[in-house]
Amino acid sequence: MTAPLPTSLVDNPRLDRWIRFLPDRTVRIATGKVEIGQGIVTALGQIAADELDLPYARVVVLSGNTDEGPDELYTSSSHSIEIGGSAVRLVCAEVRAKALERVALRLNCSPTDITVAEGRFIQNGVETGQDYWTVAGEIDLSQNVKGTTAPKATIAYAIVGQDIPRLDLPAKVSGAAFIHDVLEPGTLHARVLRQPNRGARLVSLDEAAIRRVAKGEFRILREANFVAFVGKEEGVVNAAAIAAEHHAEWDKVRRLTPEQQEAAWLKGQPSEDRPYGVPAPAMAPRNLVQATYSRPYVAHASLAPSCALAEYLDGHLTIQSHGQGMHPLRRNVAAALGIPIESITAKHLHGAGCYGHNGADDAAMDTALIAMRLPGERVRVRWRREEEFAFEPVGPAMLITLHVGLDELGYPADWTTEIWSPTHVQRPGSGGALLAAEALANPPAPAKPTDPPVERGGGATRNAIPLYDVPAHRILHHLTQNPPIRTSALRGLGALPNVFAIESMLDDLAARIGQDPLAYRLAILSDPRARRLLEQVAERCGWASRGTAGTGKGLGLGLAKYKNKSAYAAVVAAVTIDEEVRVERIWCVADAGVVVNPDGARNQLEGGIVQAISWTLKEQVRFDGQGISSRDWESYPILRFSEVPEMQVELVDGAGNPPLGIGECTCGPTAAAVGNAVAHALGARIHDMPFTRERVMKALL
Amino acid sequence: MSISFTVNGETRSVELEGSTSLLEVLRNHLGLTGTRFGCGLEQCGSCMVLVDGEPMQACSRDMATVAGRSVTTIEGLSTKDSLHPLQQAFLDEQAGQCGYCLSGILISAKALLDRNPNPSRTEIVAALDRHLCRCGAHQRILKAVERAASAMRGRSR
Ligand code: FES
Ligand code: FES
Repeated sequence: MTAPLPTSLVDNPRLDRWIRFLPDRTVRIATGKVEIGQGIVTALGQIAADELDLPYARVVVLSGNTDEGPDELYTSSSHSIEIGGSAVRLVCAEVRAKALERVALRLNCSPTDITVAEGRFIQNGVETGQDYWTVAGEIDLSQNVKGTTAPKATIAYAIVGQDIPRLDLPAKVSGAAFIHDVLEPGTLHARVLRQPNRGARLVSLDEAAIRRVAKGEFRILREANFVAFVGKEEGVVNAAAIAAEHHAEWDKVRRLTPEQQEAAWLKGQPSEDRPYGVPAPAMAPRNLVQATYSRPYVAHASLAPSCALAEYLDGHLTIQSHGQGMHPLRRNVAAALGIPIESITAKHLHGAGCYGHNGADDAAMDTALIAMRLPGERVRVRWRREEEFAFEPVGPAMLITLHVGLDELGYPADWTTEIWSPTHVQRPGSGGALLAAEALANPPAPAKPTDPPVERGGGATRNAIPLYDVPAHRILHHLTQNPPIRTSALRGLGALPNVFAIESMLDDLAARIGQDPLAYRLAILSDPRARRLLEQVAERCGWASRGTAGTGKGLGLGLAKYKNKSAYAAVVAAVTIDEEVRVERIWCVADAGVVVNPDGARNQLEGGIVQAISWTLKEQVRFDGQGISSRDWESYPILRFSEVPEMQVELVDGAGNPPLGIGECTCGPTAAAVGNAVAHALGARIHDMPFTRERVMKALL
Repeated sequence: MSISFTVNGETRSVELEGSTSLLEVLRNHLGLTGTRFGCGLEQCGSCMVLVDGEPMQACSRDMATVAGRSVTTIEGLSTKDSLHPLQQAFLDEQAGQCGYCLSGILISAKALLDRNPNPSRTEIVAALDRHLCRCGAHQRILKAVERAASAMRGRSR
């Protein structure tokens, strides 16, 4: 055993942080990863049951609890199965071995004489009357994990690989499930008047005017530039918050212009330049082809606005939140409030899908701050719809120029991906701050923007390196220093824009030498797993009979290996264009290694496809003088039932390869496939997302 | 002012001051939290309920307008010991990710199947088009409604 321990185990080595045997003959597995609609709780239970040889029903999973569970930072970047899952597997393998040792001692035999069936120990085929719970008391779970017990071989997996139905779904079709629904009697509702931007100063607030509009009882809590309305009636405090926007006067308000909402604005702004890869050649490459692509700011646009609950009782603050990481939330709130971390418990409750860093943490901080001022009261904050659109961090705009030097045959010999983008990760405590903390008297100093390095999967640079055989490649990343709005992690970070750009370029390079885009790719692709997907998806969609360009109907291809090290996906899109783009069908083949729950995985692949189509065709966050102006679903439309294509999504046999996260791997290839299908349909390329009617018309001119 | 109406077959009355939305009454006064807030603007469908059998958005419907009428919420779909065939079909198809949109969608789907037991795919799409699902579970949801429709036809035959 030489493989390094997963980071989750390095950070939380004690076995009892992960596993406990409960008196009701179940095993409780604790995880720092949380359910955000991706089925992780179900999948981790499968891994544990498999490794312990337990029926699935005997495993319960505790998720996102700072008192009892491990600290695994955030539920993000498709890490939950790759890191969280392998941690659970190693822990269970070790505990299983410890249990076998105890039984062997009792039975005076060798551990190798014992097998486990549904949690019972069998000695040379004979029941022993012993099981995990009879020996549980003798297993010392206060020890640190060694990570030296080899887990099962993949061919021995029995529960991993099954379509176990999601554990949380029954509650979700019956109306009982979300943090939003915890409305215990006596709860105080609260709404916040948002500081328009960091540094803005509240000059005056006409409380009397607000009270004239919002009829009913409520308190107004005011501290520096933070204002909250708190009362028993949700409708009343909501009305107060709406009224407050018209009765507050602010100083040092930042002004935004519509030009700033476009990716093109980023070029020429102050930036930190971060080169990566081989040095640029002394002379410009021969046969240089250049093209520029862009994606604007886009929103997470969760269906539910953010919500949180908090209570400060006897010196202890308990927060309930749907954020992506309860341990980081606890640390960040403790720092912002200036109280010891031990005096806070943070627990996860389900929220609507978040797809990254949305308003969840900020809503939790709002609630915590209010609860601290009202000891003994249960406080609930639910953001308003327009608040979520206007104040959640958004996915950054990206402008990408590709500079490709071609060899004499017309294939890439030298490749530069040049990127202009604000940061993709601005979580509180790492580059960002909680909104309410910024509104207090001593706001945290603004941090210098950072972005994850390529070695860690990259932010703006994620998937900026082509998957193809290119002899020399490099990235030139211009990290924007003063972006107009707060940006942070959105599903896949830079993968979608980069894959869109690279795959668009490949189709155009193929056209230069009159080669079919599929054949062109296969000519420069030696990765066998990627080749297999391309061949399979081409067969599924009938690529061979793809017609000529410019007919209004198009078929386009996109391929990527997420983060250049995770799951592969190949996607083909069929579109028709009649002023507007309509995606009719999608074929997708993905390789995510051994898949824990194939149906759950397909659900994730499908969701990524739909979201990527929506971003590609429709979405852009818009600005006006006041900040973000796209504050409802009419000004920020997303893909609807009538616009969602038929989909055929397959996972290839994992062939024993380690399981890879799948939540994000279809986004880039889908955007690319749609882009290429549109180019095929029009006979002209659209380089900038979203593909609005105006852009379609312009491309046709 | 006191307003009486029927919710999931039971007569309820609420004391209200001023205008209050049906959604707030259901969630905050009657504890029926399965009907969800998404936008408050009739743009997302999260808050869909049946009013006298017709799907309507509860978020911007003033409570006074439902006085004396009959409202069905997601909690009224199942009986104590069995799920509605739609709910069962959604589980069978694993139709949902985060599930936040599902209450409203199930309500609109019920209204559709109540008046049209054998809808085409196009009719299902039309009936659900007022609903947003950000997770992209649309295709599974459409299949689940078809599955429920055929299960319900089988049962009533
Ligand atoms: S909450 Fe009523 S339609 Fe969105
Ligand atoms: S399943 Fe999440 S919004 Fe529909």
